[in-house]
Amino acid sequence: MPLVLGIETSCDETGAGLVRDGVLLGDALASSVDQHVRFGGVVPEVAARAHLEAMVPMVERAVQAAGVKLSDVDAVAVTAGPGLATAVQIGLAAGKAYATALGVPLYGVHHLAGHAAVDVLEHGPLPERCVALIVSGGHTSILLLGDLARDPIVHLGDTVDDAAGEAFDKVARLLGLPYPGGPVIDRIAKEGDPQAIHFPRPMSGPNDPPFAFSFSGLKTAVARWVERHEGTLPVADVAASFQEAVADNLCTKAIRACKEHHVDTLLMVGGVAANSRIRAMMEERCTEAGITLRVPSPRLCTDNGAMIAAVGDLLVRAGAPPSAPTIGAEPSVVLRGALISGPWT
Amino acid sequence: MLTLVIDTATPCVTAGLYDTADGKTVASRTVVNPRAHGESLSPFVAECLSEAGAAPRDLKAIVAGVGPGPYTGLRVGLVTAMAMGHALGIPTYGVCTLDGIAYGTRGRLLIATDARRKELYYGVYADGVRVSGPSVGRAADIEPDFEAAAGAGATLYPLPVPVLDDPLYPPVEGHAALALPRISSAAPTEILTPLYLRRPDAVPASERKTVSQ
Repeated sequence: MPLVLGIETSCDETGAGLVRDGVLLGDALASSVDQHVRFGGVVPEVAARAHLEAMVPMVERAVQAAGVKLSDVDAVAVTAGPGLATAVQIGLAAGKAYATALGVPLYGVHHLAGHAAVDVLEHGPLPERCVALIVSGGHTSILLLGDLARDPIVHLGDTVDDAAGEAFDKVARLLGLPYPGGPVIDRIAKEGDPQAIHFPRPMSGPNDPPFAFSFSGLKTAVARWVERHEGTLPVADVAASFQEAVADNLCTKAIRACKEHHVDTLLMVGGVAANSRIRAMMEERCTEAGITLRVPSPRLCTDNGAMIAAVGDLLVRAGAPPSAPTIGAEPSVVLRGALISGPWT
Repeated sequence: MLTLVIDTATPCVTAGLYDTADGKTVASRTVVNPRAHGESLSPFVAECLSEAGAAPRDLKAIVAGVGPGPYTGLRVGLVTAMAMGHALGIPTYGVCTLDGIAYGTRGRLLIATDARRKELYYGVYADGVRVSGPSVGRAADIEPDFEAAAGAGATLYPLPVPVLDDPLYPPVEGHAALALPRISSAAPTEILTPLYLRRPDAVPASERKTVSQ
């Protein structure tokens, strides 16, 4: 079975992973998140500088963790988009260089397909059809998946403005909590009352697109509440109530997508899928609805190299055509298939 | 001894194969396109190898221009060099791009490349040897202690000296010659660190604005 090297640099994480036949052999991850804290968000140039320093060391560490040799690699998969342009360029150039030097095919893949594929490494092959909720700092999408390597991917809905993770960062900031907002809100919300404040569930009216999201307005609603509040701010209650609104919004739409498309498996992936309240609510609602919920462990939910190796492994085993050596970075490419160029069958 | 030479610090994406035994460039590819570094570089390397009838395994060292240069393109070259060096188990050596352009020139020259934002990356050279720089700044602010200027950046803004047509971009021979002592002595591999010469221009988060009217 072919050994696939996966490379990921679309945001602030430099990842490398090695997968063979659906099995993760080893991976390595470096993050520049600490360097972005004082800016309150990811600065592309800061991220790119860190990627350049970390790229080769991460590949070497992944190779050592996997107990293989680089010369054993049979194919290279790399995120060609979407992401921060200057960051994507580094992983893509590295992927091309490894493929050229090793004389093996290169697969330029879509970052979000990697998020969906990573669950294969922990929970085995995906069912024939499933709904995937991809929820992270950069993306919030509901997708209808068939054979991930071969079939076109159907976008049921996306966020029209901020991604869910972005809303966590912004709300954290207006509560005086540090960046990144996801983990800190998750922690502080445990001490608060999720029913204390009723924040809106955007895009849930009868005339709204059923699977689209909007988190910008929710963030503004929290900001207005905080500005109007007199006295000591009940930070834990605001955090818990905001988190509850996001969780309710995500769960309601994801379950509805499964029901409307007669799918019995929901895949929840992306960095925000690591949030404990969202996971708990989704499990509860899936159980009620008779839907099997698949969520990778938090380590694999956030950006990493293993997920790109995982989607590369699916493509190689399905016999997908390699990408052209002149492939370029596509920072805002829409997800149509696992290959960045779209479905190939 | 086949050495791969790469430079992506200027709009000219450059890849070449240099035979250190013969002191000759055996294949090279260039394209002047400030937005094509990521697309072009690895294919250029493959084309050079094919033209020379060589395989990646035949490479003994990689030399890369470490800038100064616009960041995204520059990083493409450096990560390509380091990843190929890693994959092939061969050393990588860095050369200041301006030094490579100045290699073999006579007289006292300003060598300049485009730094964007109305600025130049530059150094002053006496018979090809750097006497000041590399620096970044506006053409009008450069102390004119040179008799002529060269490099593609020298044509962008008025300079008080004649501007030479040649050299314009980093030649494969220049980089190879500058790294030759290291290649010949099989010096330890180097981590290729870009000469950015500027800090990222991000500002720390300030107080947030209110949303209420």
